[in-house]
Amino acid sequence: MRDPLVTLENVSKTFTLHLREGTRLDVVADVSFDVHAGECVVLGGPSGAGKSSLLKMIYGNYRCDAGAIRVRDGEDAVVDVARATPREVMRLRRTTMGYVSQFLRVIPRVGARDVVAAEGREGGLDAAAADARARALLALMNLPERLWELPPATFSGGEQQRVNIARGLIAPRRVLLLDEPTASLDAANRAVVIELIREKRAAGCALVGIFHDADVRDAVATRVVDVTRFRARPAA
Amino acid sequence: MREGALLEAHGLTKHYGSRVGCTDVSFDIFPGEVLAIVGESGSGKSTLLSVLSTEMEPTAGAVSYRMRGGSVESLFDLDEARRRVLMRTDWGFIRQDARQGLRMRVSAGGNVGERLMAIGERHYGRIRATAEDWLSRVEIDVARIDDHPITFSGGMRQRLQIARNLVTRPRLVLMDEPTSGLDVSVQARLLDLIRGLVAELGLAVIIVTHDLAVARLLSHRIMVMRHGRVIETGLTDQVLDDPREPYTQLLVSSVLAA
Repeated sequence: MRDPLVTLENVSKTFTLHLREGTRLDVVADVSFDVHAGECVVLGGPSGAGKSSLLKMIYGNYRCDAGAIRVRDGEDAVVDVARATPREVMRLRRTTMGYVSQFLRVIPRVGARDVVAAEGREGGLDAAAADARARALLALMNLPERLWELPPATFSGGEQQRVNIARGLIAPRRVLLLDEPTASLDAANRAVVIELIREKRAAGCALVGIFHDADVRDAVATRVVDVTRFRARPAA
Repeated sequence: MREGALLEAHGLTKHYGSRVGCTDVSFDIFPGEVLAIVGESGSGKSTLLSVLSTEMEPTAGAVSYRMRGGSVESLFDLDEARRRVLMRTDWGFIRQDARQGLRMRVSAGGNVGERLMAIGERHYGRIRATAEDWLSRVEIDVARIDDHPITFSGGMRQRLQIARNLVTRPRLVLMDEPTSGLDVSVQARLLDLIRGLVAELGLAVIIVTHDLAVARLLSHRIMVMRHGRVIETGLTDQVLDDPREPYTQLLVSSVLAA
C-alpha cells in the first residue's frame, strides 16, 4: 500500500482555561491512525468525545500539544501540522487540505457564486475553470440560479450550507476534512453530497469526516475510528 | 534577510524616556500576507506602527526592507530623501483619522493625483483619468472628483484615503484602525473593499486593530501585544479559536458574538 496522505501519531490535546483558575480539559490523548488515498475515515463517538477538535487539529485550527500530524503535500513533501509554521500551514491549506464546517462564515456583499469560485481560485484553478466549476456545483446542490449572485447572508440555513459545501469541495485538494456537512440538508441534497464524497474518494482524495446521520455515514465511510478510544485517562 | 521576505523587523524597541512604547518586537512579512497586530490601547501596537512607518526612530532594533529593485536596505540607515520616496511610492499608510491621511482642502482628485505627481507623473489628463479610475474602484461617485474631502462622510474619507494610497501601486500598506469610528454598515463595506483590493493587488498589509473580527476577516497571521511586548503570535484562526496565553483568552472571551 502507498504511503498514507494523513498520519496521526500519538496526538494529544488539552485546553487550559486561564480564566477558570487554569482548569485543564483533556480533549484527546494518544490518537494514532492513518488515512490513505481513496479512504473516508469517519470519526465516531458521542458528542463531546473530541471529534470536532481532532478535525480542527488536523487543519491546524487548534494546536496540538503532543504527537505529530503528518500530511503529505504533493508527491514527496510531508508537513507536520503540529510543528509547522503559520506560513507552512497556510500553504498546505491552499494546495492540499480543505475543511468543510457546519456553517458558512458569511462575507458581506459577496455573491454566492463568487464565494464558491474564489475558493476555487485560492485552490489553484484559473478564473474561468473556477467559475465553471462553481456554477456546476451550485446547480448540483440545487441552489436556485436566481440566488447565485446574491450574498448568502439572507439565505436559509440549508441554502447557506449548500453554498458552504460547494465552496469546500470546489478546489482539487487531496485531503478533505468534513465536520457534519450534511447536518441541515434535506434527503435529496444529502444524496448529492454522498455522491460528491464518493467522487472525491474515487479521485484519490483522503477524507476524514463527522456524520451523525447513520445513513450518510454508512454510505460514505470506508472505516469508522471510535474517538472514545482516545479519551485521556484520569491521573491515578 | 530570509528568501522571499518583504520586510523583517528585529528587536524593535521604543522608549519614551522611561516609559515603554514597545519592547523587542521581531517579525517578518511576505508579499501578499496580511498581518494583524491586536491589543488594547496602551499595548504598544500604535507605537510599533509609528516606528515601522519611520515617523519615529526606534530606541533599538532594525527593519530590513526589500526594495523594488531587489536590494535589501536597512530602513533607518536610508537617508531622509530616499526614505521619503519609499513612503510615497512603495508604501501606503491608511490612518484611523482620515484628516491626518488626506489633505482636507484639496479636491478628491487632487488627493489621489498628488501621490502620482510625487512619483513624476506630469500629464494632467492622465492624472485625472487615473484619479477617476481609482475613485470608482473605491466606490466614490466620479462626479465628486472636484469636491473637498471636508464635504465627505467618514466612510467616503476612508475610501478616498485608500485610493490615495493605492494609486502608486505600493507593495506594503500599513493600516491603523482603518474602520474604527465608523458606523457598522459603513465598516462592513470598507472591510469588504479592503479585502478585495488586498487580494487583487497582492498587497502585504500590516494592520493594527483592537477589533478581533476585523483581524479575522482580513488577516492571515496575528500578533497579540500587551505592555509593549508580543505575547502570542500565529495563524489568525488558530490564535482566535485556540488562544494559549491568559491575556489572549481574555481578549477573545470578551468579544460579544453577534
